[in-house]
Amino acid sequence: MASDAHHENQSIWSKYVFSTDHKVIGMQYMFTGLFMGLLGAFLVYVFRMQLAFPGQPVPGYGLVSPGEYNALVTNHGTIMIFWLAMPLLIAAFGNFLIPLMIGADDMVFPRINRLSYQIFLLSALVLIASFFVPGGAFGGAWTAYPPLSAQSKYSLTPLGSVFWLVAVALEFVAFLLGGINFIVTLMNARTKGMKMFDIPIVLWMIVLASIIFMASVGPLIAGAVMLLFDQLFGVGFFDPTKGGDPVLWQHLFWFFGHPEVYVVLLPAMGIVAEVISVFSRKKLFGYKTIVGTAIGTGILSFFVWAHHQFVAGIDPRMANVFTITTVLISIPIAEMMFVYIATLYGGSIRLTTPMLFALGFLAEFLIGGVTGLFLGASGADIYFHDSYFVVAHFHYTFVPIGIIATFAGIYFWFPKMFGRMMNETLGKVHFWGTILGFNGIFIPLFILGTSGQHRRIYSYENFPELATQGMQNLRVFATMSLILMLVSQIPFAWNFFYSMFKGEKAPKNPWNSNTLEWTAESPPPHGNWSEFPTVYRSPYEYSVPGRAKDFWPQNEPT
Amino acid sequence: MSFKPHATTRDVTGIPTGKLAVWWVIGSEIVIFGGLLGSYIMARIFHGDGFAQEAAHTNTFIGAINTFWLLSSSLSIVLAHHAAEKGDSKKAFKFIWLTVLGGLMFLCFKGYEWIHEIHEGFTIGRSLFWSFYYTAAGLHGLHVIAGMVIMAIISIDVRKKQNMHRVELIGIYWHFVDIVWIFLFPLLYIAK
Amino acid sequence: MEMFIERASSFAGDIDRLILVVAIIGGAWLLLAEAVLFFLIFRFSEKRNPKAQYLSGESHEESKWVHWPHYVVIVCDLIIIGFAVQAWYKVKQDLPRAQDTVKVVAQQWAWTFVHSGPDGKLDTEDDITTVDELHLRVNTTYHFKLESQDVLHSFSINVFRLKQDAVPGRTITGWFEPTKVGEFDIQCAEMCGIGHGLMPAKLFVHSAKDYMAWMNGDLTAQVQNQDDSQGLTKLKVSSR
Repeated sequence: MASDAHHENQSIWSKYVFSTDHKVIGMQYMFTGLFMGLLGAFLVYVFRMQLAFPGQPVPGYGLVSPGEYNALVTNHGTIMIFWLAMPLLIAAFGNFLIPLMIGADDMVFPRINRLSYQIFLLSALVLIASFFVPGGAFGGAWTAYPPLSAQSKYSLTPLGSVFWLVAVALEFVAFLLGGINFIVTLMNARTKGMKMFDIPIVLWMIVLASIIFMASVGPLIAGAVMLLFDQLFGVGFFDPTKGGDPVLWQHLFWFFGHPEVYVVLLPAMGIVAEVISVFSRKKLFGYKTIVGTAIGTGILSFFVWAHHQFVAGIDPRMANVFTITTVLISIPIAEMMFVYIATLYGGSIRLTTPMLFALGFLAEFLIGGVTGLFLGASGADIYFHDSYFVVAHFHYTFVPIGIIATFAGIYFWFPKMFGRMMNETLGKVHFWGTILGFNGIFIPLFILGTSGQHRRIYSYENFPELATQGMQNLRVFATMSLILMLVSQIPFAWNFFYSMFKGEKAPKNPWNSNTLEWTAESPPPHGNWSEFPTVYRSPYEYSVPGRAKDFWPQNEPT
Repeated sequence: MSFKPHATTRDVTGIPTGKLAVWWVIGSEIVIFGGLLGSYIMARIFHGDGFAQEAAHTNTFIGAINTFWLLSSSLSIVLAHHAAEKGDSKKAFKFIWLTVLGGLMFLCFKGYEWIHEIHEGFTIGRSLFWSFYYTAAGLHGLHVIAGMVIMAIISIDVRKKQNMHRVELIGIYWHFVDIVWIFLFPLLYIAK
Repeated sequence: MEMFIERASSFAGDIDRLILVVAIIGGAWLLLAEAVLFFLIFRFSEKRNPKAQYLSGESHEESKWVHWPHYVVIVCDLIIIGFAVQAWYKVKQDLPRAQDTVKVVAQQWAWTFVHSGPDGKLDTEDDITTVDELHLRVNTTYHFKLESQDVLHSFSINVFRLKQDAVPGRTITGWFEPTKVGEFDIQCAEMCGIGHGLMPAKLFVHSAKDYMAWMNGDLTAQVQNQDDSQGLTKLKVSSR
């Protein structure tokens, strides 16, 4: 039996706080992630204000000291990757969608699922606590290279460094636990008739991401234990005065760090695939190609890591190997992008808010991808490494991934999650403000980086080559664009919370989509269906010639 | 409240969900230990000047005895699984606890070994070799403890003839813990 | 690239050429992809195309539109790799014979430079040590010996297109040849603590004559290098 009457009379605690229902857990991840994203946004507001108006007290914060600046940039990066992008793209959407899209009543291990969120919440709390400990928050950059991160005589944040590291380690554990559920549920709990190539792309992507995560994070967990011992017990794994090697940490970090970017990219591309096929009323172009290139990218991503270490003191001959693999990884990614763009050909495109964000992802990520070539080409990286060019490059990848694609997903699945429709006009205002603001921040940063501006420096007043009026104007412009981008989130916040309670009631399938989640109620009850659907075809049968309707749900009998 | 969703009972791949899960857990653990041991090997090759000297002081005899404890406890968990398959919950319960005992002996001998070594001045901070020694063996020891705890919990259900399939699952995990030791033993004790 | 920042070393041109190659190839692909994307969005809007086509993309007729650009990407990648390996080799693998050597020591939060002095040899009596000032002779091939006293730092001279991390416990050797006289910035390019933004240094590239003058002025110079891991100020003393 699918839904279970046993759960009708539950207290707030068991229904919402300690729930094992995948939808509730997904929401918990989503709201926690959004809150942490707000925190990460506040941090960047502060440090960008410092850069635009050095030495001036920042409204809502005060004066920014050089040490505080480092803590701000460190935690901004750390939070956005580990507590915004991953929880939203993998844990929130993964938890909410996987059982619904495969016709199951829940994940296969609901209690492990709940545990994973609890550990995740703990990790967030530990990270936040790091801001309030004596000595202040960790400021050694999100990459936490030792010896700086290992010894408080160098970092001057004895507790902050430890809290930061423990928070990150806990987050890893949470996602390892979560990953078990995602992978096993997708493999084993599919409803009758759903074969491998009937699985929606977004689920393939979320599960592939979980696999890549699991395979890559191991060495870094080992490294984190080693770093923690260096921090707490004065051990010398990364201390050259004790026989250790600082560069070992870098290898362990980046062996994870590079696949990690694909861990977040793949689910984002999955969301975009769902949205563009629905709103162009077109079958996804090259489904098998997409799966193949995703797997290929995932595998290749394990062989490129040292492009982050070209000038770190590695054997120069090694750099040639990594420049080759890095430049070549552009091939499967490019193919994926081409296939997505090809999906639009011959379509009947409706520019709804989710579609705008999905197309925005494509337009912006192309820039991110191409600018990566400057960094993967070892000779050029000698110049660009540690410059703002890098910052602009990875924001042109991470913002489409963690923000633009996430919004596409939120707008798209909101009706299913909350049973109501969001307001389209506010959505469009949100979209344009975000896109305009975003480009206004990072195009100047490309210019600044190319002109030689280095990262993680609280003020450029000490560097004559960088302290020109022209460059300072660019910094101010970038900061003003950030304000625009942040202000543009207000219509979203209003829209999101207002629509949740007062929005127009949503039908089961407002977008006329084929996938199984749209056959459940909006929102679905505990157990999702009273009778499980059966699958008869692939998810992307839109505008099939000869049929009256331009969509053909997976569960409609032939 | 132990609400078991219908999803848990499905097995599209033909492999039971619990078994799939254990194999994925083992996969992620292999990468963790692989990273740690890989770092040790790299450190030994590239920075290992003093390693051999320090490694000379590990107690190969105790290491060998501990290998015996783990190998024999792997045998007992196999026997437990065998009994569980036949539905003999009493026997399965007995063999599970014999396995726990094997783990306990391992931990006791290791505890004695470490106390002795620390007393002699071979502490975790003494040199890079000992840092790896305690970290790797310590992480492994934590996994031994975790395995013992899970076995104890599973044994409660087994005694009531419930969830017998879990004996095989913890058995797989325990074999993995064993195999990690099979790598640790030569790396830390034999390579002198 | 000169539009953004001038060139002052013998290999800056190689790096800039690589950057230009990537910019042209990458730029062309970017413009093409964006143009196609936007064209498709407008051409196949719901208004202009009320009924969508049904294309699976699995047949060769259809997939060739993706595969052919894909093959061109591979060729472009190989071109980029070629230029990258060349530029990299020149800067990082090749080590032309040194006409002079300079030692660069990074620490929290200052740079110490040891020049070889009139005898042209490092680690001799007449070495000239300065803090936060590097003096070089133009058109001279230098080796640098890079070290760190504490954490990771990175020796970066933008106008040379040079960067190398300083790793504690190691001495890393590299080379450069200044080609332009002038005063330039040296930056630390690796997070090194709260003073990371407070360790700029100055690079002075002199003509041969001026370099001689600077050196002679320094024969009797004593230098104080204030190691200050807690404070953010450092005393910079170098007589010229």
